[in-house]
Amino acid sequence: MTGPGDDGSRQDYAHEDEVLERIEAWRRRRPKLKDEFINSAHGAGGKASAALIDAVFLEAFRNKSLETMADGAVLELPGGDRVAFSTDGYVVKPRRFPGGSVGDLAVNGTVNDLAMMGAVPQWLSASFIIEDGFSITELRDLVADMAAAARKAGVQIVTGDTKVVNKGACDGVYITTAGVGVIPAGIRLDAKSVRPGDKVLVSGKIGDHGVAVLIARGDLALEADIPTDSAPLGELVEHLLAAAPNTRFLRDPTRGGVATVLNELAREAEVAVVMQESALPIRNIVNGACEILGIDPLYVANEGKLVAVVPAEEVDAALAALQAHPFGVDAAVIGEIRDDPPGIVILNTIFGGNRIVDMLVGDPLPRIC
Amino acid sequence: MKFVDEYRDPAAARQILSHITDLAKDGHYKFMEVCGGHTHTIYKHGIENVLPETVELVHGPGCPVCVIPMGRVDDAIAVAETPGVIFTSFGDMMRVPGGNGNLLEAKARGADVRMVYSPLDALRIAMANPDKKVVFFAVGFETTAPSTAVTVMKAMQKGVTNFSLFCNHVTIVPPLKAILDSPDLRLNGFLGPGHVSTVIGNRPYRFVPQQYGLPLVTAGFEPLDILQAILMLLRQIDEGRCEVENQYTRAVPEHGNPKALEILAEVFELRPHFEWRGLGFISQSALKLREKYAAWDAELLYEVPGVRVADPKACQCGEVLKGVIKPWECKVFGTACTPETPIGTCMVSSEGACAAYYNYGRFTKHQTVPVELGRTPQPV
Repeated sequence: MTGPGDDGSRQDYAHEDEVLERIEAWRRRRPKLKDEFINSAHGAGGKASAALIDAVFLEAFRNKSLETMADGAVLELPGGDRVAFSTDGYVVKPRRFPGGSVGDLAVNGTVNDLAMMGAVPQWLSASFIIEDGFSITELRDLVADMAAAARKAGVQIVTGDTKVVNKGACDGVYITTAGVGVIPAGIRLDAKSVRPGDKVLVSGKIGDHGVAVLIARGDLALEADIPTDSAPLGELVEHLLAAAPNTRFLRDPTRGGVATVLNELAREAEVAVVMQESALPIRNIVNGACEILGIDPLYVANEGKLVAVVPAEEVDAALAALQAHPFGVDAAVIGEIRDDPPGIVILNTIFGGNRIVDMLVGDPLPRIC
Repeated sequence: MKFVDEYRDPAAARQILSHITDLAKDGHYKFMEVCGGHTHTIYKHGIENVLPETVELVHGPGCPVCVIPMGRVDDAIAVAETPGVIFTSFGDMMRVPGGNGNLLEAKARGADVRMVYSPLDALRIAMANPDKKVVFFAVGFETTAPSTAVTVMKAMQKGVTNFSLFCNHVTIVPPLKAILDSPDLRLNGFLGPGHVSTVIGNRPYRFVPQQYGLPLVTAGFEPLDILQAILMLLRQIDEGRCEVENQYTRAVPEHGNPKALEILAEVFELRPHFEWRGLGFISQSALKLREKYAAWDAELLYEVPGVRVADPKACQCGEVLKGVIKPWECKVFGTACTPETPIGTCMVSSEGACAAYYNYGRFTKHQTVPVELGRTPQPV
């Protein structure tokens, strides 16, 4: 039977389309929370997180600001000025890794969430949950990192709280920061304003932070010199918005990476996002580490990077503005917005094929072989 | 990336593709890639939509996660929930559903389940926690079995008694035979598993051309490897040859890795039979620890239910694994069975045919339209 096969797989295509449509209809339903207990997937930023937020938090707190499900809320003051308000908890392990610590992250993460709403970050709060027996020297070092990061970002830490819990009730120290920033008049960033033909940019190399932390954890027995890219993005955003005033959408691709940000965008704006693999700026060493681990750099966390969607006529100005700033020298245009198929992110591979880049299911689990 | 980019060169791919298109123009060819790693590469790089329509790829049984039956997962959970046990596992095994949930859920209920990247990591955890008992969930074909074997030998050498192995290692040749014996199968050849062959070499596959009259080409894992292997299969058919060929010569020696084979034989022996998800019981298809290493055999040390749990009725993993149906032809594909709530194991690991198709390939027929990137200086 080494001759040509004789089954007519061609007529299957109509059937395959039908199946694809059925799946798409299924996917468009909101994720439902079926679990009885919290597991790590609920904190990974993918579908399980969305289901948890939907069923537990949104259900209880429901209001207009929260329903946007952005990284922060945009609030209008009685005088008409608008402020952005955001909060985030920082529990990264190890607490110190090449190029940074949980202290810098706690400041830069919240500062960046504010910047992604077009706000100029101004004030932060900081809350510490500390384990009994934690070293005060280490605490001092982390706080010094926070102070330095705040200075660099031009924000003040104006209020705080300290709690000590029993040994074993937390792992060293957990830091939560909240921040407020003022949004300059005229700035409107909204996923729903994204249109087919718009271009997608990323401000630098993808995946550095996540891989730096993975390697610093030391359980991979990999050695590579990848520093985290943690950085405050307020100034970069100011330059970008000055050069491309009609910028539609900004998001920092932290947990869940570039792929998650683009999936959220595709779904919210009901558009397709098409990326070109050849245009993705990824360090060789990050690509190599991901290859060994069987994970995809598109899903790896970044700190100090942003994804922007700008109208085609402003793409050159936007790219030039990003590349002129020290935190954006490796910026690149990585894709564009299309109308079809809505809600889907597609990658055109170097190879001339394409594939879907879907939402992550849980934590990325390394493959066996 | 050195030693990777060379195997992803689009110009070279186009050249191979034109030969493939040429050779495959009069007919329809169905090739099975045995290994899950191949399935992953095929979808990740969009290879199915650059191949001509006359060449069809069928995804075979070579995903070590996909073939573990539900009963064994339940046994693993029972061990993991034994007080004082630290249960260690590769990452993608943790979401595989048994009859009673998966390891991640056991972890959420309070079991100490930890992800490791190698069995040696599990041994290290045992040495660092002498008051605990550490069990490693060993899965995989001949590819991963040698590293498990070395770990057990080390445990014996160092006298580590709080470490043991829940062994689910399987071998590649018996399921291949089972598939070839399946009456509803229509194939024109095989892409042989590259990683397994680095250990066992190419000789064990000779029965495929000799007894079943089908060509087999052992292939590497980069996109160009796969295209070249497909071309080699088509050339064999075109020239009327039928033999085992090696495309992956940079990694696969003809006789395999004698040292690894020696270690395997030292530590393991064949089980009389083992249940494969979707394929049923296959005799002499899996490995267990030899008597000499019984002190490290978790199956002898822990109470496990050891019950055979029937696959869910709706699940057609077996037909998918045999290549009888395409993933999307399964009745529950993409609706009741998705990567978030997998019913069958093919949907769990990213190497599983269903998960690979679901995650990457749903729009393979979607035309690739290059993105106009403007005057962007291309990053180097």
